[in-house]
Amino acid sequence: MTNSMQEADKGNVILVIGTNTTWNHPVFGGMIKKAVKEKGIKLIVADPRDIGLSKIADIHLTQNPGSDTALLMGMQHIIIKNNWHNKEFIAERTEGWDEYAKSLEFYTPEKVSELCGISVEDLNATAKLYATAGRGAIYYAMGITQHSHGVDNVMACACLQMILGNYGVPGTGVNPLRGQNNVQGACDMGGLPNVFTAYQPVINEDARKKFADAWGVKYEFLDDKVGQTVTTMVENAGDSIKCLYIVGENPMMSDPNQNHARHQFEKLDFIVVQDIFLTETAQIADVVLPAAAFAEKYGTFTNTERRVQYSFKALNPPVGAKYDHEIVAEIAKRMGCLDFPSTVEELYSEIRKLTPSYAGISYERIMNKAGLRWPCPTEDHPGTPILHGAKFSRGLGLLKAITYRPPVEYANNEYPLTLTTGRLLQHYHTGSMTRRSKVLHGITPSGYVEINTVDAAKLKIKNGETVKVSSLRGSINITAKVTEKIKKGVVFIPFHFAETAANILTNDAYDPVAKIPEYKVCAVKIEKI
Amino acid sequence: MDNKINLTIDGQVYTANIGQTVLQVARDNGIYIPSLCYHPRTGKAGKCRACLVEVEGIRGLKESCGLEVRENMVVNTRTERIMEVRKMIVELHLSNGEHNCIACEKNGHCELQDMAYHCGVERPHFPVEHVTAELDTSSEGIIRDSNKCIQCGRCIRACNYNVMHEVLDFGWRSGDMKVICDDDKPMGESSCVQCGECVQVCPVGALTFKNAKGVAQYKELKKTKVICTYCGVVCSIDMYTKDNKFVYSLGTEENWEELPNKGMLCVKGRFGFDFLNREDRLNTPLIRKNGELVEASWDEALDLVASKFSEIKEKHGPGSLGFFTSARVSNEENYAVMRLARGVVGTNNIDHCARL
Repeated sequence: MTNSMQEADKGNVILVIGTNTTWNHPVFGGMIKKAVKEKGIKLIVADPRDIGLSKIADIHLTQNPGSDTALLMGMQHIIIKNNWHNKEFIAERTEGWDEYAKSLEFYTPEKVSELCGISVEDLNATAKLYATAGRGAIYYAMGITQHSHGVDNVMACACLQMILGNYGVPGTGVNPLRGQNNVQGACDMGGLPNVFTAYQPVINEDARKKFADAWGVKYEFLDDKVGQTVTTMVENAGDSIKCLYIVGENPMMSDPNQNHARHQFEKLDFIVVQDIFLTETAQIADVVLPAAAFAEKYGTFTNTERRVQYSFKALNPPVGAKYDHEIVAEIAKRMGCLDFPSTVEELYSEIRKLTPSYAGISYERIMNKAGLRWPCPTEDHPGTPILHGAKFSRGLGLLKAITYRPPVEYANNEYPLTLTTGRLLQHYHTGSMTRRSKVLHGITPSGYVEINTVDAAKLKIKNGETVKVSSLRGSINITAKVTEKIKKGVVFIPFHFAETAANILTNDAYDPVAKIPEYKVCAVKIEKI
Repeated sequence: MDNKINLTIDGQVYTANIGQTVLQVARDNGIYIPSLCYHPRTGKAGKCRACLVEVEGIRGLKESCGLEVRENMVVNTRTERIMEVRKMIVELHLSNGEHNCIACEKNGHCELQDMAYHCGVERPHFPVEHVTAELDTSSEGIIRDSNKCIQCGRCIRACNYNVMHEVLDFGWRSGDMKVICDDDKPMGESSCVQCGECVQVCPVGALTFKNAKGVAQYKELKKTKVICTYCGVVCSIDMYTKDNKFVYSLGTEENWEELPNKGMLCVKGRFGFDFLNREDRLNTPLIRKNGELVEASWDEALDLVASKFSEIKEKHGPGSLGFFTSARVSNEENYAVMRLARGVVGTNNIDHCARL
């Protein structure tokens, strides 16, 4: 997030797009609700489903899945036509304006209305409210990113905020809500194929020298090319990739096009899975290493607003399990790296030395406190709740024309419905933890497919009936939940449940830049059984 | 300092910030003033009168939860008059409903019990009405016992103005008045999402966690500040454990205004950690032999992993190994996996589940 969650009530208008916040980030969902109900902040929700926030929204747009780029660019088309853009900000803080403005010509309200399946009036009202209410914040989650054009969607959000000058002050910004508790931290720590910690590029010679020095290895030893992403590693399994070491992840359940993913994993020579349960992925591993869970260890975690928090150890791990860092150090030592750091403290002190944004965040400053938001370069630095205050990280913000790209696969004669997937309030990701929780399992023991009343009537499907849902890639049998809370032509399946796995159906097409799969749109059909 | 003032409480001078209430200053300095309806996160309600104090120069007793401090204010919290009022309040509560502490989940951290103990009231002088209402056990996570409810309204304010779920309210009138869910539905059939915020602020045993029932008395619990393992909000949690088992979690109250979750939790952060206690947790390394995963020693497993990694690297180059680190482990652990991939194996094939 460029900004912080505590600012939800500090702006004038909020655009919630591609996030079912009250289910997926429930506590923050409540904060948005509070901002709207108590502070009178205007709320626009763009989601093909009726979500918790839509009933208090000033405008609820039910755009077609996969049409977000059109919606966001169409809003900008209208904003510029009406002269609502922030000329001063555009002139001082951005580049590429002329060409960008021209590129928006494509996104006429009529065209956007057709692409998105929303009325021109609603589109106009949305653009007007968002542009003229004052300071605006965008909150999004995987509904924006998990598309074959996810990068375009994010860019469209960033550009919308640039042309309105919505950066650097409270209640503005581009604010992705991270789905897992330490996604931000995993990225910050260089758990990405292209960067070391704090996004220092691996292709940069100085960065490689710095890390080679710190690790006591020869500069030439470090790989100077960008590595592969999770999606490409699975795609190249058996070819360029022979072996995977998988820590705390369950890709057998979370990868798109599950049947294909399983086939790919089978091609590997050697799979190591390190986890707390025998997950679907652990079951196909060659070696399974039992690890400690979050409350059984101490260390730091970084939340969606870049806040580094310290977590204490509440419990001992099961006898026989080890800490993740301990296992990694053991492997490193057995591979000949004798000085690999073996304690959490050693690791963190190395992190601070090599990671400028974390350098000022000592354990003492965050233990028993509320944490600090990076960048925090020195021990007397107060942390940074809001990014891009005076200038963007790259200097001038780049306004870059975006060509509309539809989803790779969309509803057709044979597969007339559009499937979108996501999480439920009670469950988390592949369910390895929440489905083992008595209360959460008690509330929601199984999955279902949400289908609009009209579509259900056409197919003669009753609420609670088991139906067969198929895509080009596979099919599942699942209970139908007939509801008016989803757009006609769209169906929704939560992906937590192995026995009704949404990811058997999803498309493994991905964004060419971010390599993120298109979980949010694929074509399916539903049949009675 | 401009924003500081001095005041006297029970004969002792204290420094306080302008804008603080007498109750806050008293509590910051370890002076006991009971409060049954006021809670730091639900604010003052002016219902219970438990926090009355005497202020020199002001007639009558004042509610300390809403009384802002002033320069040279002289406050007394334990005069005879105050103690009489407190006793009366306790006795009135005890004469209504069934406040039986013996097997109550709240025994040992009940605010009414604290107040009764402090006032030395064991049983009320008034006749006790025994109208026993049935427990509401319809919810998966929460037990409601209206017999123990003192109608302080904390749960209602928390539900409507903290977590914004708008489920709880007072229903019915006068003697029949009670806390209801929606239009007086059993909690499990209502629109309640079971975030448990109401349980966290309840001063008595009217709202308790079902899973924790009979598991541990308060004095047996250990409290540890951890972070939530679910979504990216990363709520701060006070996890209560006993004998190395998770019992329940509360949103961290200390310093709550500064925390990302401001003391609140969702249903997952509240109830979703009993997986930690499961018997099917992995507790030994497994190695595939003849197609089956079989138990192995750590040395055997680690030697195998290291030798296979080295062998594959030797044969196919470092780029043939891939590392999936995790958005579920700590920064330190992510860093360790990153260093293993880049610094020990020599590949940039490292990524994690951010895209999935």
